[in-house]
Amino acid sequence: MKVILSKARKSLTSPFWALLIPYAWIFLFFLIPFFIVLKISFSDMKMGLPPYGPFMEWLEDGVLLIKINFNNYSFIGLDILYIFSYIESLIIAFIGTVGCLLIGYPMAYGISKVAPSVRTICLMLVILPFWTSFLLRVYAWIGILSPNGFINTALLKMGLISTPLTLLDTTYATVLGIVYCYLPFMILPLYASLEKIDHTLVEAAYDLGAKPYQAFWQVIVPLSSPGVIAGSMLVFIPAVGEFVIPELLGGSQTLMIGKVLWNEFFSNRDWPVASALAILMLVFLTIPIVIFQRFQERQVRFLDAE
Amino acid sequence: MRNKLSPFLKTFMVFGYGFLYLPIFTLIIFSFNSSRLVTVWQGFSTKWYTSLLHDEALLKSAWVSLQVATYAATFSVILGTLSAVALVRLGRFRGRRLFGVLTTAPLVMPEVITGLALLLLFVALEQILGWPKGRGIVTITIAHTTLCMAYVAILVRGRLADMDRSLEEAALDLGARPLKVFTAITLPLISPALLSGWLLAFALSLDDLVIASFVAGPGSSTLPMVIFSSIRFGISPQINALATLIITFVAIGVMIAGWLMHRKRY
Repeated sequence: MKVILSKARKSLTSPFWALLIPYAWIFLFFLIPFFIVLKISFSDMKMGLPPYGPFMEWLEDGVLLIKINFNNYSFIGLDILYIFSYIESLIIAFIGTVGCLLIGYPMAYGISKVAPSVRTICLMLVILPFWTSFLLRVYAWIGILSPNGFINTALLKMGLISTPLTLLDTTYATVLGIVYCYLPFMILPLYASLEKIDHTLVEAAYDLGAKPYQAFWQVIVPLSSPGVIAGSMLVFIPAVGEFVIPELLGGSQTLMIGKVLWNEFFSNRDWPVASALAILMLVFLTIPIVIFQRFQERQVRFLDAE
Repeated sequence: MRNKLSPFLKTFMVFGYGFLYLPIFTLIIFSFNSSRLVTVWQGFSTKWYTSLLHDEALLKSAWVSLQVATYAATFSVILGTLSAVALVRLGRFRGRRLFGVLTTAPLVMPEVITGLALLLLFVALEQILGWPKGRGIVTITIAHTTLCMAYVAILVRGRLADMDRSLEEAALDLGARPLKVFTAITLPLISPALLSGWLLAFALSLDDLVIASFVAGPGSSTLPMVIFSSIRFGISPQINALATLIITFVAIGVMIAGWLMHRKRY
């Protein structure tokens, strides 16, 4: 009897209550909002606030009218501009991710090979930019790339060019901005998986006569693949919906879907079309998000630095 | 047994770190330029720092941002820790998988989607419940807490999973209540993760432009919102001065936190 009582008390005071608060929070402020976005994407635009029509209406005689309006989706599907901006977002995010991988992998590999005392500093130097303002780091590139910016001024002074190059307000600048801003997100999970590699495996490869490049490509790279996947998803998914970078560095010629959604919402005040754009973006991102969820369990612990 | 870095890797890392830091250095150097043109050096001056102090819209928005960041960091540490404890310590329960996915999803979700979704929720809540009345510090804090608790949860989960459970078990065997064990043993052991979680949440909240733009009201522009609207008009040395202050502040904060944690560990 006593045992049962103490067990009951234990379960009452056990951490179970702790679960309810964050669960309720995330349910209310993260899950439910998506259903509201879905709902509004099916309603029609209306003047006033909120600027969308009702989804359900009680008519007389107790009839419930549910209006599902596919106009927003057909509007997006018929406008080549929207389709282009989805495709362009996916391409820019993909190239940006590859760029991050090309720069991030050697850096993460290098960090995992230096002496432990230096490693802490190397890691801190990667984390530090991640903590400083994202917006201001994008802003820094405007000063570098603009027609009277550092690169153009230097090239003009050296006499290599006679008129300033158009570097800012291009798709290249957008890709560069993505690589620059998301690089820490790539390096840290890569480092986390490279650091865990059992070096006896690499030595075994050498003992069996592997050349350094063979050991690298056939042992180290496959063993670090969870980090590659986690890092790539951590860069690719947010980059697809990126707004700040294409807005500040891409100019009017770069149409990314995050920017289109922003304009649809803030300039045109068309909430239903903005919602439909968000839903379609989520549909495109479902597969990468599922892949990320598979790998994050082990890989996203990098935030803890060591 | 670790072989030395090859010359290629060494050069690559120098260039990599250069790539990460050169843009930041250009920001800092030209904040001391006396010329209005950001890219032409005309002499040393600190006038942009004084002009910052007289920019009232900027100071007001900085105050809004600091308030939001303090609240959001505190709430997200509490909620993130609770969700981490639930995920690590409760074993299997119904909906664990969904809960796990939902706690990390804000990490990768494009900000325009999170911002739009939260705004539509606040509008719907106001229509149905009459709360929150309008949008401002409260709505931005809620939005930032939702985003930041994902980061805190990951940090704390890592720490909890690495923790030696025998201390907790010993306390339970000696008759301590679970709540007592949590406050007297678990919390102190995970405190470094709580500290870094709080700082990270604070920095993320202070930094966010997109989500805040969606959920802020007319009188509650945050610092990044004011910076963004002035960047749209072109580069100005005043923004460089502000950037220098923020970067210095963050660098010192990160170094102190790193030193504290380093000292604790050894």
